[in-house]
Amino acid sequence: MSKGAKDVYVVSAGVSKFAKARPDKTFQAIVKEAVDYTVKDAGLDYPKFLELVDGSVASYFSDHFTRQLMAGAMTQDYLGLCPKPSHRVEGGGATGGICFQEAYKNIACGDMDICLAYGFETMSHVETWKGNEFIALASDINFDYPVGGFYSGYYAMMVVRHMMEFGTSAEQMAHVSVKNHANAYHNQYAQKKQRLTVKDVRSAPMVAWPLTRLDICVMSDGAAACIMVSEDGLNKLEKATGKKYPGVKVRSIGRGTDAMRMSDRPHQSFEDFYKYNSLANEQNEESKKYYKDLWAKHFRYPGIHSFRAGRMASKLAYENGGITDPLKEINFVELHDAYTSSEIQTYEDMGLCKYGEGGSFAASGKTFVPGVEYGLNLECASVCPVNPSGGLIACGHPVGATGLMQAAFALWQLQGSIGKHFGDSKLQLKDPKIGAIHSHAGTGTYVTVSLLERA
Amino acid sequence: MDGAVLFNVPFPKNIEHLKDMSPIILKFPYHVEYLHSYGQDSPWFAGLANKKLLGTVCPKCGYKHTTPKAACMKCGAETDWKELPAEGKIHSFTVCHFGAEEFLKETPYILAMIEFEGWDTLLLSRLVGLNPAEANLKWVGTKVKPKFKRNSKFRPTDVWFVPA
Repeated sequence: MSKGAKDVYVVSAGVSKFAKARPDKTFQAIVKEAVDYTVKDAGLDYPKFLELVDGSVASYFSDHFTRQLMAGAMTQDYLGLCPKPSHRVEGGGATGGICFQEAYKNIACGDMDICLAYGFETMSHVETWKGNEFIALASDINFDYPVGGFYSGYYAMMVVRHMMEFGTSAEQMAHVSVKNHANAYHNQYAQKKQRLTVKDVRSAPMVAWPLTRLDICVMSDGAAACIMVSEDGLNKLEKATGKKYPGVKVRSIGRGTDAMRMSDRPHQSFEDFYKYNSLANEQNEESKKYYKDLWAKHFRYPGIHSFRAGRMASKLAYENGGITDPLKEINFVELHDAYTSSEIQTYEDMGLCKYGEGGSFAASGKTFVPGVEYGLNLECASVCPVNPSGGLIACGHPVGATGLMQAAFALWQLQGSIGKHFGDSKLQLKDPKIGAIHSHAGTGTYVTVSLLERA
Repeated sequence: MDGAVLFNVPFPKNIEHLKDMSPIILKFPYHVEYLHSYGQDSPWFAGLANKKLLGTVCPKCGYKHTTPKAACMKCGAETDWKELPAEGKIHSFTVCHFGAEEFLKETPYILAMIEFEGWDTLLLSRLVGLNPAEANLKWVGTKVKPKFKRNSKFRPTDVWFVPA
């Protein structure tokens, strides 16, 4: 845990219905859906919750999609939380992950005992290609956007370089799509439930070579929320409800950044990489030799194939959380798979495998959920399931809600309550102790990693 | 909100049924005039209008920014303008079969990251003269040179690359 921080518990969470479009409700009412679920799951009635909660943090990405400034203030009053403190956070795709961490900080620094984190996005108010234009405004509007701004195009260029450096294949990427869609089959919150083959993924319409429509997440309307508390907050809640909460704590948090323009990403020397970017589990002769050999083949870091921000976020979360062997110590990961390719890149950033091994790691079976039928011949048994919920690719990506949706799914895994919330216990992992959530913005500009653990 | 027309809004006799009502959805145009300044990056666009491709170089540490930065990303010093080499190489690329609404009519188009010998960062640009239907990894490393629009529009698309 970060120095001087108080213990922070996550007691309950909720996710609204995610759909392509939710014209049935405005954004405040969609958030209310997620908050009602969260409050009810904490065993509180709503007036009691309003009495006990100290404040909130609001999360949503785009004022363009909302066409309403101060939407956070409107949500705060709709939820009945005024005049308690609140603020809005915005950080692209990582908005939800940042919200989770800011709510954590409210508790960890002693400012609040009970804090509500909520987030939403309503992306259906413009058609898909206009939506892509709004999202592409999260690239430099002088030098990048006017050239043909399109996020799928940016990610495609990054993975082309990953393929060049490491021999990663489109079929390996397709394994991620097959896995996440198949997992989602057992998650009632998922927007897309499909049983796919590698061939289905590769023969889907090409969006930006080599990424097909099934390598890419979809836009959604939706909201998510969670309640975080201090030890004192936990006592207050337990006194009010007479209920004992399955203790799930935030073990540590980490965050990193990189240049907005992909073109500005550095190409560092081996020495700089090893000094600033390597993880505890890479401090050995075998890893050092592996990376030295990569540099001898003209590999440079991070270039456009790796996310230095994701590595920094992981490094800080691991250092603060005492993790020295992430693949063995972390029992599952909910990570930001906006693209199948970025899931593979993120395995490497998070140190689940070395840089360069992400492709074969993706197809190995190590990140799959035991007991789920994938129709694939996988070489290895599951070690650390990644996106057991189905991830963004299958669940949807209402930007400001996404990082909090991951927190909800991770909390339920650690509570052992997946069956209750998903209506199907197929995805409940056996006795997980530590889970990681990873939220990622832009082409890797802001990334957050938070570790949750069963206390 | 001019131009919004909504016909035949049903209203139940019993107002207790109002919660079952379908939402009312309006559609209207949303357009603004916007003044955009290139600020300290303006010389780069003036360069394109004069068929010159510029980058910036740090006089203190020597870091070379292929896409200009007026402040050095390495050491923070104020950088100087310098012309890029006449030829570069494809560092990475993609073929966009879809795109943001503004570019949909131009699909399929090729985006590429261009690298220049001795320069530390990259440049995003369009690539012309390769067949989008034949995208393959062998394109990476291809030598390319810039072409400039005759009548500058002061946009980064005033320059694009073709095989050298």
